[in-house]
Amino acid sequence: MNISETYVRYRRSLGEEPLAIGVVLVALWMAWTLVSGLATGGIRVSSLASLVWDGLLRGLIIGLAGIGLSMTYSILNFANFAHGDYLTSGAFAGMATSYLIAGIGENSVGALLLVGAGGSVFGGAIGIGVTTSPVAVALGAIVAGASTIALALAIDRFVYKPIRDESGIALLITSIGVAFALRYLIQFVFGAGVRGTTAAGSVPRVNVPALDGTFRITAHDVSLIVVAGGLMLGVHLLLQRTKLGKAMRAMSDNEDLARITGIPTEQVIRTTWIVGAGLTGVAGYMFVLWKGTLGFNDGWLLLLLVFAAVILGGIGSIYGAIGGGIVIGLTASVSVIWIPSEFGRAAAFMVMIVILLFKPSGIFSGRTTA
Amino acid sequence: MSESDDTTADGSASTDEPLEDTPTENGSEPVEDGSPSDVGSTNENSTDESPETPAGDSMTIEDGSMTPEGGSPEDADVPTGSTPLEVEGLRKTFGGIVAVDDVSFDVEAGTLTGLIGPNGAGKSTTFNLITGMLEPDAGTVRFNGEEITGLEPHEIANQGLARTFQIARELEEMTVLENMMLAPKGQIGESLWRSVMPITREAVREQETEQLDRVWEVLEFFEIDHLADEYAGNLSGGQRKLLEMARALLTDPDMLLLDEPFAGVNPSLEKRLLEHIHELREEGYTFLIVEHDMDLIMNNCERVIVMHQGRVLKDGTPAEIKESEEVIEAYLGGEV
Amino acid sequence: MSDETDADAVDVRGRIDRLLDGDATLVLAVLGAIYLAYVLAGVAFGYGLRGQLNSIANLTFYIGVFGMLALALNLHWGYTGLFNIGIVGFMGIGVYVTALVSKPPVAQGGAAQVGGFGLPLGVGVVAGVVVAALFGLLVALPALRLRADYLAIVTVAFSEIVRFTMMSRTFQSYTVPDTIDLTVAGVQLFSFDPAADTVGLGGGGGLILNYPDPLEALLRTLFLWEPYLGFVGFVQRTLISNNPKPVIDGLVYGLLLLVGVGLFYLLLSRVGKSPFGRVLKAIREDEDVANALGKDTDRFKLTAFVLGSALMGLGGILWYSSRGSITPPSFRPNITFFIWIALIIGGAGSNTGSFLGGAIFAGLLYEGPRYMKNLIETAFELGDAPGNFGTAVAPMASLDPVPFVLYTLDSVSQLRLVIMGVVLVWLMHNRPEGLLGHRKETASSVDLSRPGGRDANDAAAADGGEKR
Repeated sequence: MNISETYVRYRRSLGEEPLAIGVVLVALWMAWTLVSGLATGGIRVSSLASLVWDGLLRGLIIGLAGIGLSMTYSILNFANFAHGDYLTSGAFAGMATSYLIAGIGENSVGALLLVGAGGSVFGGAIGIGVTTSPVAVALGAIVAGASTIALALAIDRFVYKPIRDESGIALLITSIGVAFALRYLIQFVFGAGVRGTTAAGSVPRVNVPALDGTFRITAHDVSLIVVAGGLMLGVHLLLQRTKLGKAMRAMSDNEDLARITGIPTEQVIRTTWIVGAGLTGVAGYMFVLWKGTLGFNDGWLLLLLVFAAVILGGIGSIYGAIGGGIVIGLTASVSVIWIPSEFGRAAAFMVMIVILLFKPSGIFSGRTTA
Repeated sequence: MSESDDTTADGSASTDEPLEDTPTENGSEPVEDGSPSDVGSTNENSTDESPETPAGDSMTIEDGSMTPEGGSPEDADVPTGSTPLEVEGLRKTFGGIVAVDDVSFDVEAGTLTGLIGPNGAGKSTTFNLITGMLEPDAGTVRFNGEEITGLEPHEIANQGLARTFQIARELEEMTVLENMMLAPKGQIGESLWRSVMPITREAVREQETEQLDRVWEVLEFFEIDHLADEYAGNLSGGQRKLLEMARALLTDPDMLLLDEPFAGVNPSLEKRLLEHIHELREEGYTFLIVEHDMDLIMNNCERVIVMHQGRVLKDGTPAEIKESEEVIEAYLGGEV
Repeated sequence: MSDETDADAVDVRGRIDRLLDGDATLVLAVLGAIYLAYVLAGVAFGYGLRGQLNSIANLTFYIGVFGMLALALNLHWGYTGLFNIGIVGFMGIGVYVTALVSKPPVAQGGAAQVGGFGLPLGVGVVAGVVVAALFGLLVALPALRLRADYLAIVTVAFSEIVRFTMMSRTFQSYTVPDTIDLTVAGVQLFSFDPAADTVGLGGGGGLILNYPDPLEALLRTLFLWEPYLGFVGFVQRTLISNNPKPVIDGLVYGLLLLVGVGLFYLLLSRVGKSPFGRVLKAIREDEDVANALGKDTDRFKLTAFVLGSALMGLGGILWYSSRGSITPPSFRPNITFFIWIALIIGGAGSNTGSFLGGAIFAGLLYEGPRYMKNLIETAFELGDAPGNFGTAVAPMASLDPVPFVLYTLDSVSQLRLVIMGVVLVWLMHNRPEGLLGHRKETASSVDLSRPGGRDANDAAAADGGEKR
């Protein structure tokens, strides 16, 4: 009651109209620029298609990582700022596995396990790629998920569980501590350098015609779609078909009910971490495979976009996180039509801020996210 | 300014009334002991010293009356029998569920009016609509003749309509004194620059010193002065209720809306709280009290408004309410 | 319940409060302990006088900046409950604006470096603070209505947008026209001949701060420059014969920062101990209650946020403007994280605690590990550290820990952050209120004890309520 009261009061005092008019004007200007650009040839259809394709894939990664963040946000009731570094951990663990499998025999095990720290091994040289080393990639993705689950459960046991009853803010601050410890531990072990991870040149690709040119689809694009789509479908089935899934869905769908039924049981929390962290780890691995580079800061750089997606989709909504991820991914990519490319991510942040101001419950859900 | 309303209320419901007005006055004697003489003089001095203080008069005590707030309701210029609060056609829905439906009532000046009803009858929502915490879908609220519908809570509070919350909401990590010092209106030190600049800070200090006298008086009146340095979070439920009412009084209101002031309060404290309320009403304050303890309201209020399922079911004297079959039915047949 | 025990408890508590109220004593004790530890460690490892003075200057610098910034954050979080994790954005805005305003102009078509407007440094500092405040307003106007966790996300996103802007090629360099005319309806309103030729944020390469040294500029303004040079000459003749000026500069700048901390403290404790600060505290505790008591909470939050942002801008200026250059990577969210830990160590809500937290953080967590590393490297002749974790760990198999130790020492800058993260988690588990967070720093400009000093226990006798 209190929260909804406050919320209503805020909504009322927001003075929404001038801002709303501003948003509409910006949208009109964008539409005009795009249409006139396409008409005059200032914007090529093929480059637009390429941007959309890129944004879609980026969005799938954000959405996949966002499912976990959204679940922990709503069930454990705090914004986990370490989520991005879970993603990085998964990427490193998975890549280490892939390196080991693909490169064993010709290189030292240490160098492979450290994902070529300090330039000792190069992913391109050992031929990492979904077609060149399919087993290494498949096992890498599995290990990425599994190790992130183990990490998340261990951190929950020793860090979050003892302060489960504290406020969401205390947990948020704690998660910032976890984030930095994890990130710089990764840097300590794997080094600060950003390394190339795939044999980018040997990844099969097709050029898809698009009116005035072509845009490129690679095998890694396709594998990302397959993995992300498969996992999203899996989560959907888990939530719809299993008893545990239904309990989780109920909990994130209806917080009031959750509050009445008491603090979620440890079993549900554990499942939440397992599902969320597993998806996040795989997302991290697929991200790194797809973009072809890996650095200790990758997860942090993606985190705010993941937050943006989760907020856009409505905290607690899994489908919202997926949809929000795609919208945010598209925003970050396609916005370069209107603004300098350095501000792609900034544009995604602005979308998030605007959503927070106008519809903090998210665009894909009708309920409030108290 | 004891009004004729008292007698009607007493007359109709005096038989089973545990607390009468006369013993109440005696009950507050501990306050009288120390305060009147020196308090009166400090206040005269201080009002002279700071003419720029907008809230200067709120701190004045005209006569050495037993309650420290003697001054304020008299300032309000509300003639006896007038209706400071007029609610008309209030309506509020939450996601399709009608919480408050076409609620209208008036509250007469200087009276103790009860608002009762079973759980979920819409009492607290009505309170929130009146005090600006929620915005009504339809209807108007007028206070002292001015429309206050849709104003911010702080604007409404500044017009002299103070409220307490159903679950006492103390500022837990602030001491009782800080809680109290927060309340008075027109504090010049609430401007950042006046608080910081050396020249103006002196005036801020002066005003705070004046305010402090009144704060201590009210603390003594409610007999929680021994807790002054405690964190509000360390107080018992009953003490919190006292603090909350004391704090609301310091905003210098004409009228107080009390949301379940007796919930979670032990019987002896409840008695004291009632005494305080009666005393303050005698001073001219107007009260609207939400409560679901029927007996308590029946025995203490001049007028009772019964709500049921978001509507006003019955509005009358306790005697009338008791005889109303609708009310009996609502309470017996409803979700008590 | 006996009133005597109650009174006794109050009395004991009062005594503890008074003890702790010796804030000056506490601050001096903590500072003394930190400095002593540094000096003793330096002596133990055989540091020379110059090295000692340098490390003290360095330590003082970080105590100063972290103290200031923790105090500013305390206004946001400790007092008002505004969860700002975009501190570094305001710092960056402050110092970038100062640089733009005060950097000397460069000739058009000259070096790739961008120039500035060439105004005096004082003007630059004021401009930096004002612009930081304006951005505070820009963020606050919409964002203050948000829940704490949403505000956190918005502010950190803001600080990242600031950093993207610094790095952006779009804002890297602009050519300023020779004259700027403002003509309306044929009437020339004003004509301005800007000194600058190119201005900009410098992109990824950052900005070279080629304005006069801030310390020199300040001392010249105060007509103390000549005496200062005389003092440096005296030190050169007596104590340090080899170019003592950088060492003395560092020490004096550190001292000035401590004076700055004092001013921050004075300002913020005045803010805290006032009706204004009281409303801020009330907003932190329960905004609806403050609103129901007639306080326009939006206005208070806005004012507090803008003031805090301005102070963060100033903190950023004092931190970076004495550096030779500024680059965007300095303004990553790490700095924000540092300041938060400092505040949580000291205790949110207490101004004295904020400064102590800043000092302890600077001394132990920020400078401590690096200082130890320098000491060890000076004391022992160590070989080169291995290039990566693998070559560091591998010799462990043959029981040779030396490469690993060397690698650890070499990575101390990163390991610090691991330690800080662990410390933050530990604090949140064991002492979330910090050293002084739970202490009563009464929000009032006057002593709130009973006027006339009547005995509190008389009235207590009448109390019927029970304590929880």
